[in-house]
Amino acid sequence: MTKLPVWADVVLVPLLSLLLALLISALVILAIGEDPVEAMRTMLEGAVGSAYGWGYTLYYATSFIFTGLAVTVAFHAGQFNIGGEGQAQLGGLGVAVVCLSLPWPHWTLALPAAMMGAALFGAAWAAIPAYLQARRGSHIVITTIMFNYIAASLMVYLLVNVFRPPGTMDPATSRFPEGANLPTLHDMPLIGGLFSPQVPANISFLLAILACVLVWLLLWRTRLGYEIRAFGKSEPAAVYAGISPFKIIMLSMLISGALAGMMAINNVMGESERLVLNSAEGAGFIGIAVALMGRNHPVGVFLAALLFGILYQGGAEIGLWTSIPIELRTVVQALVILFTGALDNAMRMLVGWGFRTFARRDAAGSRAGAA
Amino acid sequence: MDFATLLQILDSTLRLATPLLLACLAGLFSERAGIFDIGLEGKMLMAAMASGAVAFLTGSAWVGLGAGIVASILLSLIHGLASITFRGNQLISGVALNFLASGLTVLIAVNLFGQGGRTPPLSGDARFQAIELPFAEALRDVPVIGTVYHELISGHTALVYIALLAVPLTWWVLFRTRFGLRLRAVGENPESVDTAGVSVVRLRYTAVAITGVLCGIAGAYMATALQAGFGREMTAGRGYIALAALIFAKWRPWYALYACLLFGFLQALALRPDVIEGTVGFKVPVPALDALPYVLTVIVLAGFVGRAIPPRAGGQPYVKER
Repeated sequence: MTKLPVWADVVLVPLLSLLLALLISALVILAIGEDPVEAMRTMLEGAVGSAYGWGYTLYYATSFIFTGLAVTVAFHAGQFNIGGEGQAQLGGLGVAVVCLSLPWPHWTLALPAAMMGAALFGAAWAAIPAYLQARRGSHIVITTIMFNYIAASLMVYLLVNVFRPPGTMDPATSRFPEGANLPTLHDMPLIGGLFSPQVPANISFLLAILACVLVWLLLWRTRLGYEIRAFGKSEPAAVYAGISPFKIIMLSMLISGALAGMMAINNVMGESERLVLNSAEGAGFIGIAVALMGRNHPVGVFLAALLFGILYQGGAEIGLWTSIPIELRTVVQALVILFTGALDNAMRMLVGWGFRTFARRDAAGSRAGAA
Repeated sequence: MDFATLLQILDSTLRLATPLLLACLAGLFSERAGIFDIGLEGKMLMAAMASGAVAFLTGSAWVGLGAGIVASILLSLIHGLASITFRGNQLISGVALNFLASGLTVLIAVNLFGQGGRTPPLSGDARFQAIELPFAEALRDVPVIGTVYHELISGHTALVYIALLAVPLTWWVLFRTRFGLRLRAVGENPESVDTAGVSVVRLRYTAVAITGVLCGIAGAYMATALQAGFGREMTAGRGYIALAALIFAKWRPWYALYACLLFGFLQALALRPDVIEGTVGFKVPVPALDALPYVLTVIVLAGFVGRAIPPRAGGQPYVKER
């Protein structure tokens, strides 16, 4: 296999994967007798064509940044955390507990406390699979999948039997107090004018950007980050260098769980303003696609999350305005994961083959020029 | 709990354990050959949709079954392509295929029938009918044995018996045939198989294809036997429960049967909260029963009840030496 230049590996391979995913989706749309060009137009217009659309796109992107970073941190330690969904739901529980426990006077006080709650609950949900992996060698992929289902059952129980206000049928908590409502991007000074009122995108978007910076600092500018990456690259080498596997697995998974949990700031505290069933709505899983597409780098995660935000909001618009079902976005998501994650080597081979062909043609061209 | 209620619950245990068992044996073949497959769920779902749709269109449950198997094998081949040929990450491939199935099934069902992602209800020959075993009617009045035979053992669809027969068959194939020996070897130590001059790639593709067939039957059972038609996300995590059962069974066929019966029993109990309350004397929340298979699996994985050791070469792509 040809060794690819870094830019090809980081930019070209994901873009090509995305292109292939979109191409196959277009074929799927054609196969069900719809117009792919029209679908694409509806999607882009709905996602980025208006202040209203932007508001939703950034709202989704915020959640995906958190879950994408969660997968990224675990990935660098060689751990595949599929449990983001469960951790995000537990994060929602943490937010709900914090927001409902005090009559918060102002969001500036409620937000840090809710972030702590979200991070703590998310991390706690990741702690058990992490411990079992580190101490007992239980495969973390399987345990985190199991914990997603356990989380779902737990949330059903808690929302129906514990948190549901008396006299209501809806399995949800009561509304959070007024003082725990986060300002939307429309309420912000300077940028507020870019968004229409009632957009769900809120201040958590800025926190998500901050989280990207912090994760980058953690992974590439701290001792712990170095140890995480070293451990992920080669466990025996890391152990030989005196890095404790137990510490790295635990810390990386706790940070990962905390990041996934923090997603709840966006959807639970910022949007629904109460905790409902299945609050994460699959964002935990999209984090996997985002991390793969973003090549496990915070900048990549940010861009991939924006892309998936567009896909999500645009997909909703497609479901609304065309007769293509909204599930199309699940198909695109699946294809992106397939091409960037599983058929990664195939993509690299393809790009490598392209490079070799070009190189040969170049060489032939210059020879011809010299002659 | 009286005898009749117990029989009823055991009867639905058998019916609910069948898709788990088929999917679990499917996973057994794949993982014994060294290919992790967390895409059992997706394959079942795809097969359920294909069989439900085709059974409705042709009016034959058997043709539907064939379509389900084909659909499931197609996903298996993608998984094989990603994990055997291109040596990609098997776990990620499984995740991707689950999402692909989740999206495509609804897309296709909406397109074909326009009923919000369901297939129209199946009836008559489009559904697998219960089979009355010989002498069931005659033995009906014999106390205990006759009742058990009539109520519990007789009167299931063909696929239930196929699933039960698949257990000894799987055992025989894996532990008493040359193919089975090689299959197990390729999951433990592919180098040795390669050295013996047997193709690792072909063996693994065969295993993945068998997984596809069994998942196909499991999915068809969901849509054309257990229920009358396909509904969106109808497998509802059964692929993952099957995966849990596989670990619970420590990758062995007979234990797989017991694990699936246990998990099927839990599912059957969850449908009858009144019975549980009457038996244990207090109200057990249904979500707790739903979560129990997963909790049990975590406990097994943690190694508190014996150790669950997966096939040694599981999840690693095989690179032939040059």
